[in-house]
Amino acid sequence: MSEEYLYFPGCSLKATGRAYEESLLTLFRLLDIKLDELEDWNCCGATSYMSIDEEKAFALSARNLALAQKTGKKELLAPCAACYLVLKKTQDYVERYPSMREYVEASLKAANLPMGDKIRTRHPLEVLYNDIGLDRIRSKVVRKWTGGPVACYYGCQAVRPYYEVDKPVDPTRMEELLEAAGIPTVKYSLKTKCCGGSLTGTIHKVGVRLNAILLKEAARNGAKVVATLCPLCQFNLDAYQGEIRKQTQQNLDMPILYFTQLLGWALGGDARALGFRRSISGQAPMKQWLSASKEVAAHV
Amino acid sequence: MSETNGTARIGVYVCHCGTNIAGTVDVKAVAEYAAGLPGVLVSREYKYMCSDPGQELIRSDVHDHNLNRIVVASCSPLLHEHTFRTAAEKAGLNPYLASMVNIREQDSWVHLDKELATRKAIDLVRAAVRRIRFNKPLEKGHVAIDPNVLVVGGGIAGIHAALTMANAGKHVYLVEREPTIGGHMAKFDKTFPTLDCAACILTPKMTSVKAHKNITLMTLSEVTGINGYVGNYDVTVTRHPRYIHEDLCAGCMQCIEACVYKQPRFDDEFNMGLGKRKPVYIPFPQAVPQVVLIDPETCIQFKKGTCKKTCVEACGDRHAIDFEQKDEVEKIKVGTVVLSTGFQAVAPEKVPYYRYGVYPNVYTSLEVERLINASGPTGGDVVLRDGTKPKSVGIIHCVGSRDEYTNRWCSRVCCMYSLKLAHLIKEHTDAEVFNFYIDMRTPGKGFEEFYQRLLKEGVHFIRGRVAEVTDWADDPTEEGKLVLRVEDTMSAFVRRIPVDMVVLSMGLEPHADAGEVRRLFNIGCGTEGFFTERHPKLAPVSTFTDGVFLAGCCQGPKDIPDTVAQAGAAAAEVLALIDAGSIEIEPNTAYVVEEACSGCRTCIGLCPYSAITFLDDKKKASVNPVLCKGCGTCVAGCPSGSLRQNLFEDEQIFEEIEGVLDYA
Repeated sequence: MSEEYLYFPGCSLKATGRAYEESLLTLFRLLDIKLDELEDWNCCGATSYMSIDEEKAFALSARNLALAQKTGKKELLAPCAACYLVLKKTQDYVERYPSMREYVEASLKAANLPMGDKIRTRHPLEVLYNDIGLDRIRSKVVRKWTGGPVACYYGCQAVRPYYEVDKPVDPTRMEELLEAAGIPTVKYSLKTKCCGGSLTGTIHKVGVRLNAILLKEAARNGAKVVATLCPLCQFNLDAYQGEIRKQTQQNLDMPILYFTQLLGWALGGDARALGFRRSISGQAPMKQWLSASKEVAAHV
Repeated sequence: MSETNGTARIGVYVCHCGTNIAGTVDVKAVAEYAAGLPGVLVSREYKYMCSDPGQELIRSDVHDHNLNRIVVASCSPLLHEHTFRTAAEKAGLNPYLASMVNIREQDSWVHLDKELATRKAIDLVRAAVRRIRFNKPLEKGHVAIDPNVLVVGGGIAGIHAALTMANAGKHVYLVEREPTIGGHMAKFDKTFPTLDCAACILTPKMTSVKAHKNITLMTLSEVTGINGYVGNYDVTVTRHPRYIHEDLCAGCMQCIEACVYKQPRFDDEFNMGLGKRKPVYIPFPQAVPQVVLIDPETCIQFKKGTCKKTCVEACGDRHAIDFEQKDEVEKIKVGTVVLSTGFQAVAPEKVPYYRYGVYPNVYTSLEVERLINASGPTGGDVVLRDGTKPKSVGIIHCVGSRDEYTNRWCSRVCCMYSLKLAHLIKEHTDAEVFNFYIDMRTPGKGFEEFYQRLLKEGVHFIRGRVAEVTDWADDPTEEGKLVLRVEDTMSAFVRRIPVDMVVLSMGLEPHADAGEVRRLFNIGCGTEGFFTERHPKLAPVSTFTDGVFLAGCCQGPKDIPDTVAQAGAAAAEVLALIDAGSIEIEPNTAYVVEEACSGCRTCIGLCPYSAITFLDDKKKASVNPVLCKGCGTCVAGCPSGSLRQNLFEDEQIFEEIEGVLDYA
């Protein structure tokens, strides 16, 4: 297979979101698609930097796009929703505001780099849906899912304000991909509602309350697992379940997994290679279905 | 060029307009200056040139001094050009030998410095004096008006306009693309604020259309071509197949009974898909014409060709059913056109956060009209999709209106119809009803009173734009409900209102294909796509295409009374044109100097009014003076200078420019 994508991990996928990188690489390997990590990448600019110095944040972000363009590739895969959004936003602002373009161009020039304005930033969800397609996913399924229904949670950054990944209010592609892999999903009205973002660190009570709402509603709709596509969403939903348990006296222990982990599992990936052990919550229910895995014949 | 060139005998008249001009411009100095210009025999200033004594001045000077050119320096030609041309005509001159200089709107009203304003007036007068030496006598054209009228769109606007004109003895072709006339109004249950039944007041008019000897009704038909100009339009109407011979069908509906589908199973368009119909059907009981039609998309005979054709059997000797019908093209001749193509409701999918199509109990306002209607899919029971009565209902105003993501404009009718629906829902179900509004807009006769009545009836009003409709239950009382999340801006906090049923008050927008209609009839539209009237105040039903008039929501959202009033106005404009027998055409049109025309056809593509044709025999361009609006685009665009324009000849324009630049 000659399919390959240039890939920008960003900081999360090397730290709290390692399970995302591990499962993404595993999944793409199972699909015979090569992922090349962008060499010498730096911080995407992220939301925190953006709110302190917008120009510098855009210049920082633009450097990644410039490096990508230098490789001769046309596209750059950004799995982290924040990275995805910032890279998109950089290109949008540079195109829209001449003064921003001037600043970014000058900054890159100082580093002897071109503008990365020909690079198309892409998200794995949309790549799997559009480029690889449901049929190919379906044909590669080798393992029967026994983990129960899944609530697909998209968060905000991947679908708004840019909506190439999916529809901004009622996205459905994650559900379609999981269903194609034989994983049942539930109706989930809060799929694009706020996970609290960095509020869990700053105004902790509010952040945790937002997470409690999301988890409670997922459980009410019968979900046993929540699937995410963003390292920050995953972390928030995963890390505070103990606290929520104490506050609400709810019996809550739900695995919060990347959609790439679930797809990778259905496609026969190894549990360790998919990073399941990195989850804080839901280890007990996960143990049940990870050990009870049944191979099914591929539909090919 | 003109025989009077060089022997021009010019009279200049500078108007004070009370103090409007004289307050800023030294009118005396202007008149004195003008008196010294070549060719000027008389130069005067006067308090009000447009008054009878002012016009009399012109007349007596022409008589006494044998003047042959008149220049009046006063206000805008839009106001008084006609007045002074008529004065010249009364004095025995060709009216086009009189001209105006605007020293009010373009001088005294916009300047403060008296000296500079006076200098500007002098420059403008000098330019006009130099220019008018080259004016030629011109004659107005006349076009006869064909008394037949085309009305496009058979909603209440088209119906009312057609009946008005037909009653005045004119022959009307009413073209409607749906299988029945009636438009949106036929779907409504009651009308605000009087609550009279829409069908009761509409259907008699629909029947009169069909019965009227002066109306040719063409349903399932579209105008696909129009050529010509005011008074003489050649119209092509494409009549789509009904698969029923309209003249043979008696409307007995036995074919519907006999259809191989025992039960209706296809979405019924008239009931917004809430009810079902068969492939052979009649849109609604009072449809006009009272004949059935067959939908080829769902009929087995069309899909497979293997149907037992029980409908044909049932029709028997009438032989009204004809599966072989095809599009038919009909040519008609009319003199005038009324466009009453109406609107479409905004698609609820455009406002995804209200989850129409996701939660079954989110309805559009038109759907609820049908639910309330006694001849609707539930026989007038306001029930949810599972058949139960809602105990609480939320009506969201301004969906797809006043919103930068959908449409920015106010749709004008939603506040009132939302109130009406609130009243009717309460009456039918005794449910608790919440209205969510941005502003209550009730600026019509009896509208505010109706709002007050609703307040007394105990309908709740929450001022705030609903953020979303969700089924996320925050506590047990919300389980199984639709929750509206809204900032109540009166009490300044965010509320969650759980209800059983949500009604989206959809805004009005131009039809998806309004642009094609606009291009076909060569009329304008605003950025939002509604057709543009010639003047928003003074010519509200005319368009920039002579002989084409507007009525109803195609020009902008409006309620039924306004629509009917506008349709009546459009009919009156048409009748005025027809009864005049002919119309005058201003002579300031372009013409081709044939010897110089190379036949390059550049001008043909440039003309925005399709007024230029190519004469195949002569290989020259030719301007139809009836269609030409005198915009001058072709004159400027012609590479060989062979297009010229009356009243804007090159000599005139150059003289004017040189005159204005020749500083004293």
